[in-house]
Amino acid sequence: MDGFPILSLMMAVPMAGAIACLFVGANNARWIALIATLIDFVLGMALWANFDQSGSGAQWQFQEYVPIFGKFAWALGIDGIALMLIALTVFLMPICIGASWRAIEKRVGEYMAAFLFMEVLMIGVFAAQDLYLFYIMFEAGLIPMYLIIGIWGGADRIYASYKFFLYTLLGSVLMLIAMMWMVHEAGTTEIPALMAYNFDPAVQTWLFLAFFASFAVKMPMWPVHTWLPDAHVQAPTAGSVILAGVLLKMGGYGFIRFSLPMFPEASAQLAPLVWGLSMVAVVYTSLVALVQSDMKKLIAYSSVAHMAIVTVGLFAFNQAGIEGAMMVMLGHGLVAGALFLCVGVIYDRLHTREIARYGGLSINMPRYALLFLFFTMASVGLPGTSNFVGEFLALMGIYQASTWVALVCTTGIILGAAYMLYLYRRICYGEQVNADAAALPDLSARELWLLAPIAAVVLWMGIYPESFLAPMRPDIVALEARVAPAAPAGDAQIKLGAPKPAGEAHHGDASAPSHSASGEAH
Amino acid sequence: MIDSTSLLAVMPELVLTVGGLILLMIAAFGGDGTARLVNSLSVVTLIGAGFALLCSLAHGPDAFDGLYRADAFSVYAKALIYGAAASAILLAPRFFSTDGMLRPEYPILIVFAAVGMGMMVSAGDMLTLYVGLEMNSLASYVLASFMRQDGRSSEAGLKYFVLGSLASGILLYGISLLYGFTGSTTFDGIAVALDGGVSKGALFGLVFVLAGLAFKISAVPFHMWTPDVYEGAPTPVTTFFASAPKVAAIALTVRVAIEALSPAGLDWQQIVIFVALTSIIFGAVAAIGQSNIKRLMAYSSINNVGFALIGLACGTPAGVAATMSYMAIYVIMTIGAFACILQMRDADGKPVETIASLAGLSQSRKGLAAAFAIFMFSMAGIPPLFGFWAKFLVFDAAVAAGLTALAAVGIAASVIGAFYYLKIIKTIYFDEPTAAYEAKGGAVENIILTACAAVIVLGYLLNPMLDQASAAAAASLF
Repeated sequence: MDGFPILSLMMAVPMAGAIACLFVGANNARWIALIATLIDFVLGMALWANFDQSGSGAQWQFQEYVPIFGKFAWALGIDGIALMLIALTVFLMPICIGASWRAIEKRVGEYMAAFLFMEVLMIGVFAAQDLYLFYIMFEAGLIPMYLIIGIWGGADRIYASYKFFLYTLLGSVLMLIAMMWMVHEAGTTEIPALMAYNFDPAVQTWLFLAFFASFAVKMPMWPVHTWLPDAHVQAPTAGSVILAGVLLKMGGYGFIRFSLPMFPEASAQLAPLVWGLSMVAVVYTSLVALVQSDMKKLIAYSSVAHMAIVTVGLFAFNQAGIEGAMMVMLGHGLVAGALFLCVGVIYDRLHTREIARYGGLSINMPRYALLFLFFTMASVGLPGTSNFVGEFLALMGIYQASTWVALVCTTGIILGAAYMLYLYRRICYGEQVNADAAALPDLSARELWLLAPIAAVVLWMGIYPESFLAPMRPDIVALEARVAPAAPAGDAQIKLGAPKPAGEAHHGDASAPSHSASGEAH
Repeated sequence: MIDSTSLLAVMPELVLTVGGLILLMIAAFGGDGTARLVNSLSVVTLIGAGFALLCSLAHGPDAFDGLYRADAFSVYAKALIYGAAASAILLAPRFFSTDGMLRPEYPILIVFAAVGMGMMVSAGDMLTLYVGLEMNSLASYVLASFMRQDGRSSEAGLKYFVLGSLASGILLYGISLLYGFTGSTTFDGIAVALDGGVSKGALFGLVFVLAGLAFKISAVPFHMWTPDVYEGAPTPVTTFFASAPKVAAIALTVRVAIEALSPAGLDWQQIVIFVALTSIIFGAVAAIGQSNIKRLMAYSSINNVGFALIGLACGTPAGVAATMSYMAIYVIMTIGAFACILQMRDADGKPVETIASLAGLSQSRKGLAAAFAIFMFSMAGIPPLFGFWAKFLVFDAAVAAGLTALAAVGIAASVIGAFYYLKIIKTIYFDEPTAAYEAKGGAVENIILTACAAVIVLGYLLNPMLDQASAAAAASLF
């Protein structure tokens, strides 16, 4: 597939679909959107199949470069990390369209157009190789999401749409100034070149903070997460799926693509800040999730907690941590998306998100209860599901950097089990106190077909994660090598002592052979 | 001495003057019935003047011993001015015929204003500047009160006249101080004299000149006339005010600052930075509470002038190029937005101006709603629309010039501005429909609106061309 602009094609297909959707009736728009997203899914799989994951080839593949925009260029290209996130996007999109098939009845053409445009931008974010092109794609996502929340959202949609838009915009604008500074300093807008450029460590701190403002809001990290519960609760089901599934991953992708490789010294210097915020997020938002009475809000808070595991994994500065962070991102994208779909299924029937209005659904909706239980367990991080792999690796990574952070963040797993199982108990088990909830019909074939593929992939990711880790490994190793010189000394270095020759007593002066582990032991 | 080269260099002004006078005769002897004919002919005149720019450029850069300049900068600005003026003429007939006010004077006044604006951007001397400015202003005062039976329009004209005269006085006072302390009225002469040190008197002159110009570009703290005049003036006239004279005044300010006052760069830079930031912040904050769309656009124009001035504050060729690019994109957005506003008519075809009346527009007039949303998102500076690129260029220039803090504050304040643009989109897309608008708009409005929207959406493809043109324009000043 050398030289074939497959990435541009993957953006052109949904774009053409989006334009077509604006001019046709409701039913045609649904089919156009479904077909366009399925074509993109097939293209995405072709992309994966043709991706050279041996690590011996070029890091950046499928590159395109067309300098048509004056100060920046239409430069696309992916590495393994971007490939996985693009695969996640194209996998979730047809499911989102399917989830909106019946739930959206008004202004269907515009709705489908907004979603397809969103897909163009999400692929663009992950594929952009030009700094300014990335920013444009990153920011442009605000427009369709604002409209999706504002037009098709719940009762409080207008407040939520404003909050979403202004919060994320304010976070991002300072990043743009930092980008301009970097381009003037380094003399290039190409992301691969900037990733290798060594910025002055004193300036790095400022640049890091400017990027951090943007990615922390997008991620979202405590204390700038407050837009997320509002946006999730008010957005239509598919909007929540895409928000949790892909948009939040843009923050993590930003850290892994920009913050860590471009500002390694500043990342190391400010890692305690990231750890601190993540620790608070894990414990605090998990406790908040425990007391929610609204299902979507609960899952939204759990997203914040999971994303905090991602940030600690990323800022562990070692391969295990970063691989774990990527796996949590992928796993959470699937599981949180599926949980929002599960909420959507019963919301479509009873039109309320109040947990107390349900109960005992396992009696009248056994298939639903089974799938919901599966995704609940996946969210908790049960071994054999995708989230276990990611959380385990991320926590193992952070343990090498800071045992205390690992200790606090691991409580998130326990708290996660508490709030998810409590949610499941209240919805699916217990007495059937509400007559209308007890009369709900089980999953339709359409809903089953939406949830089943996600369940299959979650299992696959849990049982054989190597399929997903292999494409990313060379890039993560390269990233680790890039940040290694600056990586903060860990407090939990397991020292491989030299075998003691008989008669001599050495205390604590054995050298640590591991490359990044040469810090002082505390 | 008048030589033929100088006359060829001022060809655009000659075309407009002669054309305007002929049209005036047609109007005087033909009566109001000739309105549509004069309208079309005045657009033809402006197009002719546009072609004359090529002749002007070939015989530049100096004409009449430096009183007048025909350089790339003036050609760039004039192309924008003529385009904006022609659009303002084309958009007018449908509006005025509703009230039976379709008169041939409207296009003729705009043609004469265009002569004045051409003089402004081509001025190489303080007196050419002043004559051009007054010529434009006189036509504008009359235009503002064009709907003579309408109290608001007369009020707008009167306010504009009184405050405009005050500003002209301040400007003239500044010019006389500069002349007194530097001994010259030509820009080159002033620059040479200031090179030897900026005296207190010259500094006073500089401040007064900038204050007078700040009034003309409606920058804070000399913006007070703008909301009243924009709201009161007939909508096509507001379209005109928000576009062509804005370009002329900004270009004029840039030329004075760079050509005449560049040795005092550090002195005016702090003034421009102050004016830019206050305009951005005040324009954004004051717009939030507005309920009248034209008034909101007035604050929006104040806000936009602030961004444009950030480019000037850099004082670098890249900064000036950014300001000029900003104005080009701003003019397209503004004309597009006003083409939308001109279509705001109730079921009986009467123009309405409240933002609330836009509620639910997306369900009755999909195309118009989409265009409105495109212009509003673009003005808010959200990529991938072209309005983002305008802001990008000025901030990029500021960062390159080392004014990172200015860029950071400016861009953070742009988020405040985004709020009120979002409010309009919210009204159009999220609110339930109220009274419907008339079923379809005028053909001319739709064409202009579609063209502007296309540029705003696909504008990035024009980047290389725009970069080249604005860089050439900026280079001719340094």
